[in-house]
Amino acid sequence: MTVRQPARVLGKAAGRLATMGPGFGFLTVFLLVPLALVLSYTVFRRGRFGGVVYEPTGENFTRLADPLYLDVVVGSVKLAAITTLLALLLGYPTAYLIARLPARWKVVALVAVVLPFWTNFLIRTYAWIVLLNSEGPVNSGLKALGLRPVELLYTDGAIVAGLLYAYLPLMILPLYSAVERLDPQLREASANLGARPARTFWSVTLPLSLPGVLTGCVFVFVPSLGNFVIPELLGGGRRIMVGNLIRDQFLKARDWPFGSVLALAVIAVLVLLLFAQAWAARRAGRGA
Amino acid sequence: MTLISINGVSRRFGEVTALDSVVLEIRQGEFFALLGPSGCGKTTLLRILAGFEQPDAGAVLLDGADLLATPAHRRPVNLMFQSYALFPHMSVEKNVAYGLERERLPRAEIRERVGAVLETVGLAAQARRRPHELSGGQRQRVALARAVVKRPRLLLLDEPLSALDKKVRSEMQLELKRLQHEVGITFVVVTHDQEEAMSLADRIAVMNGGRVEQVDAPADLYERPRTTFVAGFIGANNLFTGRLTGKGLDVDGLGVLPAPAGPVEGGTAMLAVRPERIRLGPVTADQGVLRGRVVDVSFYGGVSHVALSVAGRDRNVLAATQGRARVEAGAEVAVSWDADDGALVPVALSG
Repeated sequence: MTVRQPARVLGKAAGRLATMGPGFGFLTVFLLVPLALVLSYTVFRRGRFGGVVYEPTGENFTRLADPLYLDVVVGSVKLAAITTLLALLLGYPTAYLIARLPARWKVVALVAVVLPFWTNFLIRTYAWIVLLNSEGPVNSGLKALGLRPVELLYTDGAIVAGLLYAYLPLMILPLYSAVERLDPQLREASANLGARPARTFWSVTLPLSLPGVLTGCVFVFVPSLGNFVIPELLGGGRRIMVGNLIRDQFLKARDWPFGSVLALAVIAVLVLLLFAQAWAARRAGRGA
Repeated sequence: MTLISINGVSRRFGEVTALDSVVLEIRQGEFFALLGPSGCGKTTLLRILAGFEQPDAGAVLLDGADLLATPAHRRPVNLMFQSYALFPHMSVEKNVAYGLERERLPRAEIRERVGAVLETVGLAAQARRRPHELSGGQRQRVALARAVVKRPRLLLLDEPLSALDKKVRSEMQLELKRLQHEVGITFVVVTHDQEEAMSLADRIAVMNGGRVEQVDAPADLYERPRTTFVAGFIGANNLFTGRLTGKGLDVDGLGVLPAPAGPVEGGTAMLAVRPERIRLGPVTADQGVLRGRVVDVSFYGGVSHVALSVAGRDRNVLAATQGRARVEAGAEVAVSWDADDGALVPVALSG
């Protein structure tokens, strides 16, 4: 065994502190401390005008089981799940086609995919209000064709459309990188062994791109579940999602403890999802 | 009997001509090799046979029927990829069963055939492993088993030995020959490695610049090259270009060299003399056709190579002798060979 020189060890520690310290410090102050605060709020009574009264109670958690709130949680999960599924169905063919474009066109297509990110999120969402409102281009078009206008704005459909539009690139990008990495010879080998193109897709391309599918789903589901701007603008406040509920607990109802419980519930769902994704990706990626 | 007949197949990629009117006949049951330097078109021809590529012109018949009209997944042609292209998410047995499942065979038959072929390639114990858990040699056996289990009319092998180290290589070489003998499938191996082609194949097509230069048995290619490219490409050779006369080949600066009776007297020809055909002797008045000075002697165990510099020739003459060389560097020797030991190749006059 070699004896470690104290100076060496110190030097190493200093190096670590210099490289990782700032990031750790930032995350501790701005992520861990607030999280710990939220966590601690859940077990105390609400203050009258916000804040907490330090009297322990468990009733914040029992309130979560109230159908009123449970419905909101279930409804949000449903909308986020529909959004994720649609994003996958739209995103996979897009990513697949981009991955098979000639190198020059790939860049163009990828820039086109991320282009909306360069515009302000609110402005993009307002654009949907213009598109979908009862006098908007969609309904004018229907009227011009002699059809009856449809109520589009302030529906669940409008919320899903808005979420889908906002987060579709987050689905396409990981799918693209998963499909792009696949060895084209694997497709040729599949054909050579007698598989039609559709069989090759189901048996070779899709299973091997599964890690990308899971990453994309998490990337879309997570922000969709927590979003409260789109439900408010495109759902007209008729549909309350978890994000809205949490914000309202803190800013309107001034019930910080219950808001914290709701926030914690969302975080718990997401952490579970991330673990599931990591587990599935490791399984699918073994040997790939 | 002809299995595959390739008739005037051409393929261009932009400015590059990959295949130029290739004509080839591959016989039922033979071990055939497509040999040539990289870029000679052999891989394009392989991809055309597999159905991954279509030629611009020409026809390919298998058992007399048009092969080009058949899509890749319906051809009775299987390919062992150079990179093996094993499905990483499937076990060894799943990989091998994949092709049989596509034929919708009964499960029992699939299991039996997969078991049998894994037994043949010596991987029965690894059936449930994933490809990444295998060594390079084992992966190659899986790739081979996966292709052979389909019992194709034609098995294509893309550089089958190139990724293996020397020891595994010679094992695999024997195994391929044994397997080809056992299953009786026609094998076509594509390679840039002449030793690989010579040791495996019954017949070899040497390709260069998209054209077939010569098709022959390995020994015939070695002894009787018919083009200057083949003479220079296959094995070590001493090449002399000159004019044919009644007495031999008249080479500028060297005089008249012993050569077999040529096809066209007075024409330009290339004489190829194998190193092992060259005799070295003491310098006397009547001995030898050339005089050389020994530049280098290298000992390879069974044989020794002697490099000689000869006045009037800018490239060394190479001689090979059995066992230890009896000359030393710096020695003056007489260089000779029998007229019939040389091979004459007509030189196509450019322009």
